[in-house]
Amino acid sequence: MRNDAGGAPPRLELRGITKRFPGVVANDAVGFSVGPGEIHALLGENGAGKSTLVKIIYGVLHADEGEVLWNGQAVSLANPHEARRLGIGMVFQHFSLFDGMTVLENIALGLEGKPDMRSLSGRIVEVSKAYGLPLDPRREIHTLSVGERQRVEIVRCLLQDPKLLIMDEPTSVLTPQEVERLFGTLRMLSAEGCSILYISHKLQEIKDLCDHATILRGGKVVGECDPKVESTRGMAQLMIGAELKTLSRRGARPKAATRFSVEALDLASDEPFGTSLKRVGFEVGAGEIFGIAGVAGNGQNELMRALSGELTVATASSIRLDGKPVGNLGVEPRRALGLCCVPEERNGHAAVPDMSLASNALISARNRMKLAAKGWISRDATRAFAERIIQEFGVKARGPESAARSLSGGNLQKYIVGREILQTPEVLVIAQPTWGVDAGAAAAIHQALFNLAQNGAAIVVVSQDLDELLTLCDRLAVLNVGTLSKAIATADASLEEIGLLMGGLHGMTPEVPAVHGELGQGSGQHVA
Amino acid sequence: MMDFLVLITVSVVIAATPMLFAAVGELVVERSGVLNLGVEGMMLIGAVVGFGVTMTTGSAVLGIASAALAGAALALIFAVLVLTLMANQVATGLALTIFGIGLSALIGAGFVGMPIAALPKLFIPGVSDLPVIGPLLFQYDAMVYLSIALTVAVGWFLKSTHAGMVLRAVGESAESAHSIGHPVIRVRYLATLFGGALAGLGGAFLSLSVTPMWAENMTSGRGWIALALVVFGSWRPGRVLLGAYIFGGVTILQLHAQGSGGLGMGLPSQVFTMLPYLATIAVLTIISAGPWRGRFQAPACLGQPFRPSV
Repeated sequence: MRNDAGGAPPRLELRGITKRFPGVVANDAVGFSVGPGEIHALLGENGAGKSTLVKIIYGVLHADEGEVLWNGQAVSLANPHEARRLGIGMVFQHFSLFDGMTVLENIALGLEGKPDMRSLSGRIVEVSKAYGLPLDPRREIHTLSVGERQRVEIVRCLLQDPKLLIMDEPTSVLTPQEVERLFGTLRMLSAEGCSILYISHKLQEIKDLCDHATILRGGKVVGECDPKVESTRGMAQLMIGAELKTLSRRGARPKAATRFSVEALDLASDEPFGTSLKRVGFEVGAGEIFGIAGVAGNGQNELMRALSGELTVATASSIRLDGKPVGNLGVEPRRALGLCCVPEERNGHAAVPDMSLASNALISARNRMKLAAKGWISRDATRAFAERIIQEFGVKARGPESAARSLSGGNLQKYIVGREILQTPEVLVIAQPTWGVDAGAAAAIHQALFNLAQNGAAIVVVSQDLDELLTLCDRLAVLNVGTLSKAIATADASLEEIGLLMGGLHGMTPEVPAVHGELGQGSGQHVA
Repeated sequence: MMDFLVLITVSVVIAATPMLFAAVGELVVERSGVLNLGVEGMMLIGAVVGFGVTMTTGSAVLGIASAALAGAALALIFAVLVLTLMANQVATGLALTIFGIGLSALIGAGFVGMPIAALPKLFIPGVSDLPVIGPLLFQYDAMVYLSIALTVAVGWFLKSTHAGMVLRAVGESAESAHSIGHPVIRVRYLATLFGGALAGLGGAFLSLSVTPMWAENMTSGRGWIALALVVFGSWRPGRVLLGAYIFGGVTILQLHAQGSGGLGMGLPSQVFTMLPYLATIAVLTIISAGPWRGRFQAPACLGQPFRPSV
């Protein structure tokens, strides 16, 4: 490090960065700096402007105002090539990988110039070993686990000898063991003088890893702190801008009658890179919330579709609702019996983006809420139902005629969850209930699920977010390569134990992940 | 008998070549993530421009080059509409075909029924007059060899060059390619123009070599078969080549069946005219259903518009 005497210039300094999108100011005069070798946290809720900001630093987006200083000198970052030339590397939240191509090709595509493929292959093996991120350059991306995909992104950055590494929500898709390993790598890099800009909303991680934190809310810097000193509650309140509401958790409950059961469910995936389900079984009692954990691509999509009725199975008795075999029934007959579903993908699966909120309510609730008796749509009843959802679930929308796509992710999710819950289901199956949803909306959704369970419904939650499952569920099991583990009570589950189940075989970390299904992990099951 | 087989094989290769040109071009377009359904229209424009320029200038080379340029020009219209103005690719492609049919008929109105000399066959002393091998391999015109050379070149380009890798990446995930800093729109423009040029060449081969004349709508569906061939060949040049020759064979079978009164089966000749198209539908159905579906993966971004945010 040069200019030691009298305050070296920071590696990266932002001054007054402002970025406007139609109708919203994503970044409003944001400024902070990152020193050499510093691990700097950028903390904020979804929609606080973190991703926009780092895309500006990486040259993908351009700021409307403000300047970026690199080692004390103003620089213009017109595109990612220029950012990389300065020594800025970035690991994207939504990986910038190409599923049908090899690790080697993926890395070559992210380097400057036209690398010699043969020597590059050797360097990949070398660097990936040195940093504890083993990779085989010849494998195609769709055969890799999510953790391995992230390694590809990291190794791609490391090969360019970065001076600043940007990590955008890197741990949201990793098992606890993979997170530990990643932190090891990052600390090693920091010790070598590489600065790290670490974006997250997971406070504990930031306490564990980072030297300094800048907190963003609504596009503005609202605070800075030393996360080693500041309490997580304090940081959370800065981040949310309000007092954190405590959930009213339910107490221990007596063992109740089974309402929903799955027994020895076998299902061959119909997707090219899907995962087949193998003898999946679990039971959910009245008033119980049952969690299904696991890293994406381990059969979650297939399981959701089998539970909702989008895929039917020949053995009707493998899925039972209040004792009735329903495995051979489609979505609508199952819904008529009281099984409602919230799929993972909001836009395009749970809701039709271009249709109004009222129409989106009609699609799902038409029979249970009698919105279209004898085949004629009752506009009044549909509107009234949509308005009820908007009111009871505090959805921010202009009204029942707003298009679904005009709502923010969190609001649309509240609407969809509300739509299903207000149909008073006997069983609710819900995937990623709070994925990409801000903390306020997440708390509202969690509370609604608690209330539904309180009234005697059985709930199945499929989620990758372990913290969420531990908050919500009475018991949980882990889905791994299409097989469901034995259920454990969340009260006595340790994070480590669940993490090991997620990683694969009991007591083993997934050094070489098993090949999923016939061809590997789902390309259609992109990581959030 | 040997002579007859040689004759059949040669006619199969010639019947296949227009589709091979167009299909290899479309393959490059689709690997970049763009679906251009206007192949038929671009072939027709190539056919009429190739014929017209050759006839008026007397230079086949000039005619062939103009045909490629004309195909590319029509592709440019498509590219501006779908890549810059974000029009729907399917609708625009269909419109391009209809436009090409009309425009080629207009340009070619004065050429109908005019005679022209077919492209000269290459003759290499020493090999071309070998028995069997000579007529089988060394007595085509230059464009047949060009079509094969282009297929090999495209295969090599996609597999072994950096630019080819970028093109595939753009078709796999435009979003990712953009975020790493590759010029998605520019790559797609170039691929679309290349595809247009090759469709134009395919058309020119039809009007200068297969049947040296111009007739309205003379491609009669070959552009659509070329589109099907890309899927049939699962977006790989080698398989597209194989597919083109199989479809060429079906076309020839149909011609012979018509001539010989339905191969003695007493079927109306229209049944045999349907053959290539039925084969197209059958092949498309078989590879898009069935357990091997996953092995015929289309480029992941095929047909999806991409608007970079800045």
